Amino acid sequence: MRERSEVRNQAILSQGGARPLLRVEDLKLYFRTSAGVVQAVDGISFVLGRNQALAVLGESGCGKTSLARAVLRLLPRNVHTYSGRVELDGVDIMPWSEERFRREVRWTRISLVAQAAMNSLNPVLRVGDQIAEPLIIHQGMDKRNAWARAREVAQIVGIPTDFLQRYAFELSGGMRQRAVIAMALVTNPDLIILDEPTSALDVLTQANIMNALKGIKREFQKSFFLITHDIATSSELADHVAIMYAGQLVEWGTAEEFYPNPLHPYSQKLMASVPRLREERTLDFIAGRPPSLINPPPGCRFAARCPSRFAQCDHEPPLIEMPGGRLVKCWLYK
Amino acid sequence: MAEQILLSVQDLHTHFELRRGAFGRAGFVRAVDGVSFSVRHGEAIAVVGESGCGKSTLARTILGLYRPTKGAVFFEGRSLDGDLRWYRPQVGYIQQDPYGALPPFMNVHRILEEPLLINRVGSKAEREQQIREVLEEVKLTPVEDFLHKFPHQLSGGQQQRLVIARAMILRPKFIVADEPVSMLDASVRVEILELLRGLQRSYNLSVIYITHDLSTVRYFAERIFVMYAGKLIEKAPVHELLKNPLHPYTQALLAAIPDPDPQNAVTFKKIPPGEPPSLVNPPSGCRFHPRCPAVIAGLCDKEVPPEFEPSAGHSVECWLYR
Amino acid sequence: MNAIRSGVRQLRQYPSALVGLGIIVALIALAVLAVVILPYSEAIRLWRGGEDIWQESPRYAQPAWLNLFAVKKLPETIVVSTKGAFVKASPTETAVHRVNAAKTRADKTVSISLAFDYRYDDFPTELTLLLEAKYAELLPYVALRWRTPDGREISLGERKLKANERYNISQDTRLERRLGQPPEVGLFAAAGRQSPLHGRYELRLEGALFEENSDVDAKLIVYGKVYGLAGTDHKRRDLMVALLWGAPVALAFGFIVAVGTSLTTLIIAAIGAWYGRWIDGLIQRITEVNIILPTLPILIIVGTFYSRSIWVMMVVITLLSIFTAGIKVYRAIFLQIKESPYIEAARAYGASNLRIIIRYMAPRIIPILVPGFVTLIPGLVFLEASLGFLGLGDPVLPTWGKVLNDASNNGALYKGYYYWVLSPSVLLMFTALGFSLLGFALDRIFNPRLREL
Repeated sequence: MRERSEVRNQAILSQGGARPLLRVEDLKLYFRTSAGVVQAVDGISFVLGRNQALAVLGESGCGKTSLARAVLRLLPRNVHTYSGRVELDGVDIMPWSEERFRREVRWTRISLVAQAAMNSLNPVLRVGDQIAEPLIIHQGMDKRNAWARAREVAQIVGIPTDFLQRYAFELSGGMRQRAVIAMALVTNPDLIILDEPTSALDVLTQANIMNALKGIKREFQKSFFLITHDIATSSELADHVAIMYAGQLVEWGTAEEFYPNPLHPYSQKLMASVPRLREERTLDFIAGRPPSLINPPPGCRFAARCPSRFAQCDHEPPLIEMPGGRLVKCWLYK
Repeated sequence: MAEQILLSVQDLHTHFELRRGAFGRAGFVRAVDGVSFSVRHGEAIAVVGESGCGKSTLARTILGLYRPTKGAVFFEGRSLDGDLRWYRPQVGYIQQDPYGALPPFMNVHRILEEPLLINRVGSKAEREQQIREVLEEVKLTPVEDFLHKFPHQLSGGQQQRLVIARAMILRPKFIVADEPVSMLDASVRVEILELLRGLQRSYNLSVIYITHDLSTVRYFAERIFVMYAGKLIEKAPVHELLKNPLHPYTQALLAAIPDPDPQNAVTFKKIPPGEPPSLVNPPSGCRFHPRCPAVIAGLCDKEVPPEFEPSAGHSVECWLYR
Repeated sequence: MNAIRSGVRQLRQYPSALVGLGIIVALIALAVLAVVILPYSEAIRLWRGGEDIWQESPRYAQPAWLNLFAVKKLPETIVVSTKGAFVKASPTETAVHRVNAAKTRADKTVSISLAFDYRYDDFPTELTLLLEAKYAELLPYVALRWRTPDGREISLGERKLKANERYNISQDTRLERRLGQPPEVGLFAAAGRQSPLHGRYELRLEGALFEENSDVDAKLIVYGKVYGLAGTDHKRRDLMVALLWGAPVALAFGFIVAVGTSLTTLIIAAIGAWYGRWIDGLIQRITEVNIILPTLPILIIVGTFYSRSIWVMMVVITLLSIFTAGIKVYRAIFLQIKESPYIEAARAYGASNLRIIIRYMAPRIIPILVPGFVTLIPGLVFLEASLGFLGLGDPVLPTWGKVLNDASNNGALYKGYYYWVLSPSVLLMFTALGFSLLGFALDRIFNPRLREL
């Protein structure tokens, strides 16, 4: 068992070049609940290079938010297992103490735009104070300098400077989301984790935010780890795409290869369910429900819903490396 | 033609009073501000707009949940005012959040029986029969497995099917669906839209489908109305609108919606700046003029554009087409 | 409904709740027991009865079971009677002997011996002899003699008997002077001894009857210092009557008022939240006024000037408790529920206002209502007891509060009658404990947010 997981990890870990920014190996995060142990993140490995964006796609409940939390070590109290290797710039940061992690990683190197964070901005702080806060808390900067930096970042994300004096409730949803992105950007981290950054926003606002993120990536060479269920929007930012299903990675590839031609039956079904504005095509959907993460079935976890299922699917497939470096966890490609 | 019309909305205004203190009045939210259209038998219409444009208020006014400030709604020629008990069984309502739309303390059977009991439909046996029929129609089968479940025991997709079943159980002629799939996973959305489409076709239902997501519209509706700041600024058949959007706002909306395409990552979209206007103090003239790339100074900011019809069946409220 | 069922299942995870539930079940059992073994009319008769009903029980007696733990055994009450030899205290042997001899038809003698074994280490509290004479015109004449185990004989005098004669031996001042100590001591101990002699005591009655049908009956009551399970009060009443009947009264009071208050509060809050405008405003203003009204003084006024009936008090307390903070809490929740999509859906399919309030809004409050209702009960039980304690208890019913009131009026604690205060207090505390433990656990079950991870 151990041996095989080595094998399947090697395939993906060889992708990132000599010294990737983030290298995650066999990351596991299990939660203890009254119903049993939830295997939310079950042995995930991936590599994220500098100035790259990785989109993690999957249905709700597939473990994508848990993956983000596991990388940033923002864990709830009911953790059962938290293991694996997380390398930042070639250094394994998993053994680091919470104190060191908080000081040297969280918000300093990696920051987070949490899901629906725009609705949980502090209502009694001015937006500018809120953006400056990570600098004061994580880097001990004084208030004047922090505000100067906040003004700088506000400009980058497209918040008019006079909005910094306002309170969150006086801002529109789009402006609040920009403020949350500014908070993530203000400490100048290498990597920003975006958890559903546009899902509650209107189409035009969404496009505006994606434009801003693209600009940030291009101009400041940031890396992004984009978690979303919105496949169409993910294509606005992603260099690489990872598909998650039931706590596991089932496909990994570059955006150029993935969007026109997904390999895994799950990815194919998922793509077929995306309505297209510019082309006429019939839509498909995936019948059934993802398996419970408490006692996931042995073998391929998608087998129960898979149209191309065959006998071998009762055994867990490895991540198979395809020509061009794509990876797919499916026996069809053996 | 006239007898084909099921619902007609004439110069509809729904305003909400903003109160300040006990007696003061801060103004009105003009959520729906001069909307006219009609819906034919068996026709599916999509109303597309951003949040806060008034589309949900429009839906609720049509449902008779809000009383119009001005103008009127006619259902089969009868005006919606006074006692609406006659109207209730004629119209079904599908909401956005399926879990919130179901009383958590009632089981499936009870949820479906409520509309029948309230509208005094049938005997106990007949009601039982209808509940089973409608569950089969929305494919919550085997029916026995579902009758005694509570909403929290159902998946999001199943909950939405139940909401649809409840909307259908009184055998309405008309359905108002307010963002019926926006809270569901992408893989389930299509399933629900196809179910709705199937029911609409087999019962020749008229449907108003309220959404912010233009990309799902082509799979569902025959005509699209684009709503901006309380007004319907463009009305056209679906394919016509997608191919040939006239209003600058519609054009921006279409441009903003991505299809999954790796090219997206290397191009920037041209999006009009700013935010939708306040509905308390909307801009003078055309409400889109402060953001419009094609604004005609002295006209768009002064005069409210009337409805032009550059081609048959395709109307637009924009001075560019005068 | 399923929330309730799963709530019960979850209850098992809370030992405190099970303890609480156990206490409540025990209290309910006590209440049922009270009603079964001591029907209402009987309980009232006993509780309101005077000396005639309670003449055979002592004043201020401690519970009898205390003897189990005491080195010095305290006396129980001994009754020796010619009318059917019955024995109040089981371990005591008594003997009744009577000889009626006729000299002539109209001139007879009677000789009655009332004997009992006394094996206690303390003196009795009182001695009373009840004499009953049958005669037409000529009163019987008797001479009384007391014989102690060591063979001393003490004359208790001679007397002519009327139909019902009560001779309070322990209050016979002449006898006391003769004995040099109170009769209940002197008759049981040799001079100078601190404890009573054990052994057989005998009261001999020698009498002359002057009529053919004349006869004499005698009953000797040696009042002890312990009585029954709960002891007695200043009126010789068995406290068990009040302790037993206090349970159904307290529980019924708490339960009825809690149900009445909770449901009415719920409905009124829902009406206010649903209709809004002036109805809501009116309810809010009434609540605000009511919150600052002091409950207890109002109840004292009602009790003093109108009626102390438990029903009147119940109605007044319910009315005063409806418009309280609960209404504000429920209203806040209802205002949220009112905006739920499912309420809007119900309006769209034509549900009436009343139906929405009762069928769609009220059930959502149950998770908050049930724990609140359970924790409301102890407060009400205390309130009822307080009323009783303040002398505003129901004039008829025996209740825990009234026992405390009597105890307080008779200075029970100063005089060392701790059992009199302790037993109703313990019952009250257990009631509060039971309902509180259950209520807090229910709160955690129904409102998972309060639960720790």
